[in-house]
Amino acid sequence: MFDIEKYYHAGTIREAVLLLKEHPDARLICGGTDVLIKIREGKLSGASLVGISSIKEIKGVQKMDSGDIFIGAGTTFSHIEKDPVIRENIPVLGEAVAQVGGPQIRNMGTIGGNICNGAVSADSVPALFCMNAMLRIADGTGGRMVPIHYFYQGPGRVDLHPGDLLTHIVIPGKEYDGYRGHYIKYSMREAMDIATLSCCVYSRTDSRKKVLEDVRITFGVAAPVPFRCTRTEEALKGMEIGGELYEKAETLVREEIDPRNSWRASREFRLQIGGEIAKRALRRTIEGGAGHE
Amino acid sequence: MIGKSITRVDAYDKVTGRAKFTDDLTPRGCLVAKVYHARIGNGIVTSIDTSEAEKVPGVVKVVTFKDVPDHCYPTPGHPWSVELAHQDVADRNILTGRVRYYGDDIAAVVAEDEIAAARALKKIKVEYEEYPVEIHPRKSMYGSNPPIHFDKKDNVLARTNFFIGDVDEGLKKADTVVKGSYRTPIVQHCHIENSISCAYMEKDRIVVVASTQIPHIMRRVIGQALGIPWGRIRVIKPYIGGGFGNKQDVLYEPLNAFLTMQVGGRPVKLEVSREETFCNTRTRHSIEYDLTAGVDKEGLLTAKEMKAYSNQGAYASHGHAIAANGLTAFRLQYACPNIRGEAYTVYTNTPVAGAMRAYGIPQATFANECLMDDIAAKIGMDPLEFRKKNLIHGYYEDAYLKPIAANTNGIFQCLKKGADYIHWEEKRKAYSHQTGDIRRGVGMALFCYKTGVWPISLEIAGARLSLNQDGSMQLSLGATEIGQGADTVFTQMAAQTLHMDVEDIHLETVQDTDVSPFDTGAYGSRQSFVTGTAVKECALLMEKKILDYARKLLPDERRGLSLDHGWIYAGEEKVLTLEQLALESYYSLTDASAITAEVSTQVKKNTLSTGCCFAEVEVDIRLGKIKVLDIINVHDSGILLNPQLARMQVHGGMSMGLGYGLSEQLILDEKTGRPLNGNLLDYKLMTALDTPDLAADFVELEDPEGPYGNKALGEPPAIPGAPAIRNAVLHATGVAFNEIPLTPQRLVEGFKEAGLL
Repeated sequence: MFDIEKYYHAGTIREAVLLLKEHPDARLICGGTDVLIKIREGKLSGASLVGISSIKEIKGVQKMDSGDIFIGAGTTFSHIEKDPVIRENIPVLGEAVAQVGGPQIRNMGTIGGNICNGAVSADSVPALFCMNAMLRIADGTGGRMVPIHYFYQGPGRVDLHPGDLLTHIVIPGKEYDGYRGHYIKYSMREAMDIATLSCCVYSRTDSRKKVLEDVRITFGVAAPVPFRCTRTEEALKGMEIGGELYEKAETLVREEIDPRNSWRASREFRLQIGGEIAKRALRRTIEGGAGHE
Repeated sequence: MIGKSITRVDAYDKVTGRAKFTDDLTPRGCLVAKVYHARIGNGIVTSIDTSEAEKVPGVVKVVTFKDVPDHCYPTPGHPWSVELAHQDVADRNILTGRVRYYGDDIAAVVAEDEIAAARALKKIKVEYEEYPVEIHPRKSMYGSNPPIHFDKKDNVLARTNFFIGDVDEGLKKADTVVKGSYRTPIVQHCHIENSISCAYMEKDRIVVVASTQIPHIMRRVIGQALGIPWGRIRVIKPYIGGGFGNKQDVLYEPLNAFLTMQVGGRPVKLEVSREETFCNTRTRHSIEYDLTAGVDKEGLLTAKEMKAYSNQGAYASHGHAIAANGLTAFRLQYACPNIRGEAYTVYTNTPVAGAMRAYGIPQATFANECLMDDIAAKIGMDPLEFRKKNLIHGYYEDAYLKPIAANTNGIFQCLKKGADYIHWEEKRKAYSHQTGDIRRGVGMALFCYKTGVWPISLEIAGARLSLNQDGSMQLSLGATEIGQGADTVFTQMAAQTLHMDVEDIHLETVQDTDVSPFDTGAYGSRQSFVTGTAVKECALLMEKKILDYARKLLPDERRGLSLDHGWIYAGEEKVLTLEQLALESYYSLTDASAITAEVSTQVKKNTLSTGCCFAEVEVDIRLGKIKVLDIINVHDSGILLNPQLARMQVHGGMSMGLGYGLSEQLILDEKTGRPLNGNLLDYKLMTALDTPDLAADFVELEDPEGPYGNKALGEPPAIPGAPAIRNAVLHATGVAFNEIPLTPQRLVEGFKEAGLL
């Protein structure tokens, strides 16, 4: 039994925005894999909800002629994992969301919820940071596009105002063409777990695989918000592929990330793991290999 | 029938959802109760205001610690003792104003539904006077002001010790002395079905339907808690979703019985959440050990010593029995002329520890089997070789508690099977000089385990058989099916002794203390041994009664009569069907007397089962991760009653052992004793994806004491996994981790200290 005060059903984006404006205290619910947990815990008990899970416009993945990929915010993790556009163009995102919770959660949970929940451990987010994803937000007045980097404002806080609804995640074509990505979720279990630390590396080499032309490294749980290691990235760009590159990636990442000390894991431990998974992920993007670790 | 892998008798009902659990049996209009838990770790309630809670729509009743009986009662699922000195510690009230741990039970709400109850809880206002919190037994045992319980000034619930020979002399004679401190964590049972009961009144009696391993004991404890005659309590136990010892304790059932009385006997359901299961039911004792042992030049043990400090938490529950069980195990199985043991069980401001699968032996075995490997490493001997040198061959018995003995002892056969499976010699050599970031190792550990609780406690079991009109049999027991397959093996036993088909044995799975024979329930790996003895006696009695009746029906028959698969035989000839005989027994106009047999049997026996675990691991040093590549448990549990069920029992136990060794621990806040990870996300119970393929094998020696040659198998599979993995990591990396679980952070810290990182 869930302590829910009122439930409003939205059939379209427009209806959802209107309902949100009419009931400013109401919370959006799509897959419910975060909201229902908070209601059960008592943090959101007695809340009213605006349900958006049957809005067709926010579901599915589409590749535009421009090469831009539009991912509906209400698309489930399972869908993304199996979607041919994702598999062909940005497989790392499919591999990342395949590591969320368990099969039941992935069948219900959505990428939009993953982002808007603001959790620093969200599995979809490091890859989206690496791809400089843009977020399309509807607000009833024409809406706006926000780069994902600016969307995260602090722990659990995102750039959403009353009446806002994230409708799509847009991956610009130039941001993925020629890149290879790898995501490592470091957690205490192989399933049904959240990341202790996570790292997505996105890289592009020259055609002979001699030089690292571009690299993007994003961490989950290494700072209060998902975190791009820009200093490390700059230092690695243009380096020759080889042992020195990997060693440097490991060292610089440890200097750049700022994980916290908590009962879940010490800062020192997270630093050790952080350097290691960044190095391993970078190596995988360059040298290849199937699956995730 | 014995030794056959028949399908579980409850298999179809369970997989189709037909099997009824407590929640399926709640009557219409059932009220819901929720408990108000303390928000401090130690202190007293100075004021409580429930007036706002009472106004919440749907709330029927709010009770506080001021409303409950003031006398204390004991909770553990032990048989009662008629001797005062052996009675369980009575240190609990149904609700309390003296908060002894974070989450202690202060008040309860009864409401029309869950939401009203939850909303009312939020409106209860409580003020406290706080006392300092102590969560470590080795600090708490120096006393606190005030003490956690007024009659234990130093917070020590109990201390016991023993000695055999002269340990100081033995250590002097030793060529090598090894000392080690080993620590085990608080873990939780994590049975799927949380604690749940439904209580209501019929006439002036209280009926409690409860998810429990021990219905007859629960009846007594509820009677004691409420201070009413035990005959006025009726406990009904349907199918349960696991217990693992947590439900060998009386949890919230006395409170629920009290609550139904407060609402005019209306039915009240009290189901705790997963978070409450972690914080407010029972846990496995965390025990810290200081061990010392000496060996001579040959590698033979000359002396060994154990000091144990067991964290009891805030209430006695099973108390010192757990640490004491470890002391007993320490003097068994290995030959050693001089042994000394001492154990303290200490109250602290932490969640209450109670019974959990294998009752103190996983803790003691972890410590002892680490020590065995540490000694072997120190003297440069192969650890399996070292154990073989020191283990006792054949029969041995406990020096103090008779008749605890290895009446059959298959440990050497178990070790051989385990070593062959894992390719011990080959891999010990192959992995001996590794460098690099990924390293492999093999390790092992072994144990012995009692079957039942005699002579420490009473062993009694009851069984009743009734012959139906169609020649089939009703079997009623007080022993409980808790997922382990008890109903199935009891059915096999009755079929075996009565020479009947298992399809013709109808076992009533529900225990109802109004009608079920008296039995203390499922714990201590006792039922197939103790209740099995009762089933066998009852079946023999039934057979005799059937043949006596057959004799009456066949007055002229001179040949010997026997019963076999639905027929009465005279000599080799079929003379009467059992169905005909049964019909006569019910409906004969001259000699009707329905045939029943009932026994209540005290079993003054015990017998040690044994076994071992061999594991191969791969350690990723830089990530602090252990992958278990291969693992096997080999058990000597006597004759297997149902090999398929036995393997499943071993798999389940191995899974618990893996979690114990690798990932499970309840982490408490130092300042308040509050569980930080008391939920299934943060408490790292292993998932299917974390679990390697599990191998199980057996050595079947027929035990002379077991009713069908069988001995303990329920709990033992959970024992040896954790030390086997720890010893495998030692082999792989050379680093001895003395505290479980072997979490990545603990590994990384250990590898840094050892210079591997």
